[in-house]
Amino acid sequence: MTSVATPQKDERVKNAGLIVKILRRPEFGAFLGAIAIFILFATTDTTGNFANLGGIAGWTDIAAPIGIVGIAVALLMIGGEFDLSSGVLVGTTGLLIGMLVTNVGLDIWSSIAIALVFAAGIGFVNGYVVIKTKLPSFIVTLATFFVLKGANFAFTKFVTGSVRVSGTDKAAGFKDAAKIFASTFGAQGQAFQISVVWWIVITLIATFVLTRTRFGNWIYAVGGDANAARNAGVPVDRTKIILFIITSLASALVGIMFVLRLQGMQAGQGVGQEFYYIIAAAVGGTLLTGGAGSAIGASIGAMIMGMAYIGIPYSAWDSDWTSTFLGIILFTAVMINTYIGRKAKGGKK
Amino acid sequence: MTNALELKDVEKTFGSVLALRGVSLEVGPASVTCVLGDNGAGKSTLIKILSGVHKQSTGLFQVEGKDAVFESPRDALANGIATVFQDLATIPLMSVWRNFFLGNEIRKGFGPFKWLDVNKMKEIAKQELLAMGIDLRDTNQPIGTLSGGERQAVAIARAVHFGAKVLILDEPTSALGVRQSGIVLKYVLAAKDRGVAVVFITHNPHHAYLVGDRFYLLNRGRMIANFERDNVHLEELTKAMAGGAELEALTHEISVVRK
Repeated sequence: MTSVATPQKDERVKNAGLIVKILRRPEFGAFLGAIAIFILFATTDTTGNFANLGGIAGWTDIAAPIGIVGIAVALLMIGGEFDLSSGVLVGTTGLLIGMLVTNVGLDIWSSIAIALVFAAGIGFVNGYVVIKTKLPSFIVTLATFFVLKGANFAFTKFVTGSVRVSGTDKAAGFKDAAKIFASTFGAQGQAFQISVVWWIVITLIATFVLTRTRFGNWIYAVGGDANAARNAGVPVDRTKIILFIITSLASALVGIMFVLRLQGMQAGQGVGQEFYYIIAAAVGGTLLTGGAGSAIGASIGAMIMGMAYIGIPYSAWDSDWTSTFLGIILFTAVMINTYIGRKAKGGKK
Repeated sequence: MTNALELKDVEKTFGSVLALRGVSLEVGPASVTCVLGDNGAGKSTLIKILSGVHKQSTGLFQVEGKDAVFESPRDALANGIATVFQDLATIPLMSVWRNFFLGNEIRKGFGPFKWLDVNKMKEIAKQELLAMGIDLRDTNQPIGTLSGGERQAVAIARAVHFGAKVLILDEPTSALGVRQSGIVLKYVLAAKDRGVAVVFITHNPHHAYLVGDRFYLLNRGRMIANFERDNVHLEELTKAMAGGAELEALTHEISVVRK
């Protein structure tokens, strides 16, 4: 390939360098927000623990599950679709594992495998129905959400006679599974959840997939303009269905983590969480109309939520206000992201 | 010489609606064939048949002398027929090089582990665009920041680079100003010079006359006339396009009203 002359650096490209490059990143607004919120809670903190390893272990514990599903939801949203069933599915998969273990007597690994297949099936159904009916995914997955929410209660009551499943710790293989999905590791005497490792690894993988693989290219394309993508030869339907499946698998992973950690599951677990995932994605710079966003952004969004959940009680504020705080953060972040996005593109919209 | 593309007596019906009737069309290699028609003439249906979106109800559709059976636009693309749809050709928020290689990404790696060869794609995109005479500042900028003419030009360059033998352009100049239209027309000729058979679909006889070798007039689902470049003048084309007699009648009516 020596015959290919490297194009000379174009003198018309303003050498704006690193700063503009960083400004152009979709997660830049969220990154600033995370720093601001960290400083806010570190200074108002009354326990003296927020900025310590102990505090960090606390808020990363909250942030990790939000981040894991939030990243998948961000990919889906970049692809131009929503999934409102991502929260309830955490509960569904957890309950499924619980019942398979305690009522069917399966070992933990088979139960986990079945739960993953089940979740992938739900994701496939979501995607397939959205593609075939051309209905908005908002409606289709809202329906899935309510179907599963009802089923979680009704089926759990039918099988166990109560609204919870417990005793997963007695299953064969529980100890090994718990080591992988629900253990802790120490750093200077502070216990960090293993979910934090999963969260970081998933962030890295998702970022690589989005920016450096063909599938990632297709995600941006189908969300940016599905028709243009189809005309360019991108398999739009397949890409979207895969994104729905990935989202459901992420929910299942979190469900597995919870059912192992809590050694059981409440029927109402996960309901309402779908909004946290969407907030994480949106705060992180994901465009609600699709076509733009990042995995790191969603991770930072999750981090902000984790900090708020721990920071508010640490600062001795009334934690009833947590949701209000998150609502304001969401609005401000999306405003700032939109503003920066316009600025960084330089003049033209 | 075998025609790059040929339609013979093609008819297309949607339920009881006759969209196209008895349409015949010959597209020679390395030439520009213009299909002119007003709104509702059946241009869109024709494009969709050529690009594999629809199948003709009856009639013959041949590509390089062989019957074409396209199940999807992807099939048509694989057979060297690329279509640049107006406004539906590129994805505004994606960078120029990502748009250029969308659906044809260059990857490196081993086994199932493959990733994008970003530098190579950026380099090729820049060079290919330059070869078509499109000099971009930075292939990393979102394509939405380019002008309409430049966006069409990138889409044309992309089709040519990926070996399109037939390039179908759907109203590439209709949303553009005079200067921008000029840019696109220049790239139409550049594509022809590189051996591509161009089907240029438009309602603007002035643009068609500038670049066309052969002209077809489509009206109410029928091919009502066709001309070779050597034996047609712009006035003739414009007149035929507007429906000749109809335009005269209209001119008369308006002159009465304006009195």
